[in-house]
Amino acid sequence: MTTMTDPPKAEGFRIGQLINDKRYRSYTFQFIALVLLILSFGWLINNAMNNPILQRVGIDFGFLSDPAGYDINQQPIEYTSQSSHLRAAIIGAINTLIVAFLACVTATIFGVIAGVLRLSNNWIISKLMAVYVEMFRNIPVLIWIIIIFTVAANTFPPIAEFRIPRDGSDAERGLLFGMFAATNQGVFIPRLVFESAGWLVIGTFLASIVGVFGLRRYARHKLYSEGRIVPVLWPSIALLIVPTVLMQLLLGSPVGVENPEMGRFRFEGGFLMRPSLIALWFALSIYTGAFIAENVRAGILAVSKGQTEAAAALGLRPGRVMSLVVLPQALRVIIPPLISQYLNITKNTSLAIAVGYMDLTGTLGGITLNQTGRALECVLLLMAFYLTFSLAISAIMNVYNNSVALKER
Amino acid sequence: MKNSVLLGTLAFAGLAAAGASAATLDDVKARGTLNCGVTTGVPGFAEPDANGVWQGFDVAVCRAVAAAVLGDADAVTFVPTTGKTRFTALASGEIDMLARNTTWTFSRDTDLKFDFVGVNYYDGQGFMVPADLGVSSATELDGATVCIQTGTTTELNLADYFRVNGMSYEPVPIETGAEAVQQYLAGACDVYTTDRSALAAQRAGFENPDDSILLPEVVSKEPLGPLVRHGDSEWADIVRWTLNALISAEELGVTQANVEEMGSAAGDNPEVNRLLGTEGELGAMIGLDASWAKNAIAAVGNYGEVFDTNIGEGTAIGLARGLNAQYTDGGLIYSPPFR
Repeated sequence: MTTMTDPPKAEGFRIGQLINDKRYRSYTFQFIALVLLILSFGWLINNAMNNPILQRVGIDFGFLSDPAGYDINQQPIEYTSQSSHLRAAIIGAINTLIVAFLACVTATIFGVIAGVLRLSNNWIISKLMAVYVEMFRNIPVLIWIIIIFTVAANTFPPIAEFRIPRDGSDAERGLLFGMFAATNQGVFIPRLVFESAGWLVIGTFLASIVGVFGLRRYARHKLYSEGRIVPVLWPSIALLIVPTVLMQLLLGSPVGVENPEMGRFRFEGGFLMRPSLIALWFALSIYTGAFIAENVRAGILAVSKGQTEAAAALGLRPGRVMSLVVLPQALRVIIPPLISQYLNITKNTSLAIAVGYMDLTGTLGGITLNQTGRALECVLLLMAFYLTFSLAISAIMNVYNNSVALKER
Repeated sequence: MKNSVLLGTLAFAGLAAAGASAATLDDVKARGTLNCGVTTGVPGFAEPDANGVWQGFDVAVCRAVAAAVLGDADAVTFVPTTGKTRFTALASGEIDMLARNTTWTFSRDTDLKFDFVGVNYYDGQGFMVPADLGVSSATELDGATVCIQTGTTTELNLADYFRVNGMSYEPVPIETGAEAVQQYLAGACDVYTTDRSALAAQRAGFENPDDSILLPEVVSKEPLGPLVRHGDSEWADIVRWTLNALISAEELGVTQANVEEMGSAAGDNPEVNRLLGTEGELGAMIGLDASWAKNAIAAVGNYGEVFDTNIGEGTAIGLARGLNAQYTDGGLIYSPPFR
């Protein structure tokens, strides 16, 4: 048995060892994979360089400063058809972010409600939620967008019925409460208009929001250190409303409301929510909401029943069991998949073109690309924009995730 | 070793790509069919009929080229393209030519690297509104909602027209003409704007055509014509002169009915003889059979016949010849001589 303890003979390195020897094998395969990767990228780039179209046209981003020449309906910042292609792209980017933000908020609300209700003991409610989830997540979102857009265009009353007839008689339909009008050209709603002192009111409101967070922090501190429960809900609501309203009254209503008013063809003034925005927003929310509902359900089910029972045994009411025991633990499971749902929403906004919503894909990747013929440049820029958005959302959500993640002490 | 294989592959791919762009004529002959880009469906210009056979004014140009090159007007693969996909399809070689009411503009000809081979329809952009909107001129459209097909010159003309006249409007961008019509009929936009020929064509398909009116303003010049990729002049010549052959045929009185008879033996008119290949070597000069023009005319008829059967006053679309009459009748349709 002495041979077993013999030190390995110091042999020279053999080529065969690259495959046979465990110490080198992984390096060999990694090296091969790396070479193949470089070669395939090289092939793609080389292919692009040899492309006859590209050789003729070249790559040039100069077109971005040329006048765009086309109009955009939803303009969060000022824009005319004489503005540059770059500005059109930025408008598109802002429009993308607007609809992505709106959809993320409402999808979360839909998802949490549906997810919690799906676990309800009430048979009808839980089955209804199951139907919602299965129906919406199993049909492509593009179809939902088009369905909702078509329904909105065909069920809302035609704007012609709101027009004042040329003989001066009353229009067939009037504004709801003198403020709202749902038409097939969009939903017209009042708009806030600010006088110069209006910023004080806004400032007060923002300060109130900070105050609410302070109050919640204080309440939590009291609960953990002294075991006293400080009421939070009603004081928060009061804190949000009262100072702002007082400020508004004291300063003589610097924040006013501008109602839409009928012009020759359509309402002027006020704010227009276009059917394209409504369809895209609603479809993305309700579709992604179905996925979020499943995440929420999974998160809640992941908290063992013993936790609930133990909390109940301590005398906590069901609402507090949910908010103090179950949800904080469930969030750890819910947040990571929620991040990817938010990313999905942001990327799915690029389906906007189906209903003519002027998002980034519609302006930069659509009209600009088509009018200038600079396909490669536009697509590269598109990729850069979407990548930036997604990484930013990931980064922000990861900060939140770290705050709810299990902290080992 | 690995490298040289790779380089070899690359070189081959490069050659193949270069080959594809150089001799379209050889490609078409080898393939046996012509890949022709058309619209996704504009009545009268390009639309499949009840049997799925493409018919229309632009389709006839494709068929004429196929007949001239391959001797068979049915040897065409029609590729429906949208306003946005058409140029990519042509530039990438997916289609050999594009006959899709495409406006000949400076930047498309130069910057996008295409060659427009002629004009088969002189058009202009117009506006269609519901009759009960109470509008009789485009200058009264301040504040209206306008449906436009994105990716077209109409989009830019519209912006210019409203800006120059100090009016505002709400653009509703839409991908295809069919969707635009749907939106217009649903009242989601007050105005639909595109080339007047297309407006007339689509209006003819409405349930109640009289409920819509075309406004008198023509806000742009839209010379529509077939185009090919830049850099293959032989192929551009073939498409250009096939179109010219149809135009000359009308001028010279050659029709689908009499082309066989006139082309069977040399007649009195030397220009007809050269056109139909009974005299001279025009076919050889362009790299085709002597009977190339005869085949094209036999397949679809002359320019006037193509116009009349597809979009003329006898059809539902009912367009008058107007600018598209022969120059001898006061129009702009004019072919250089076959000599």
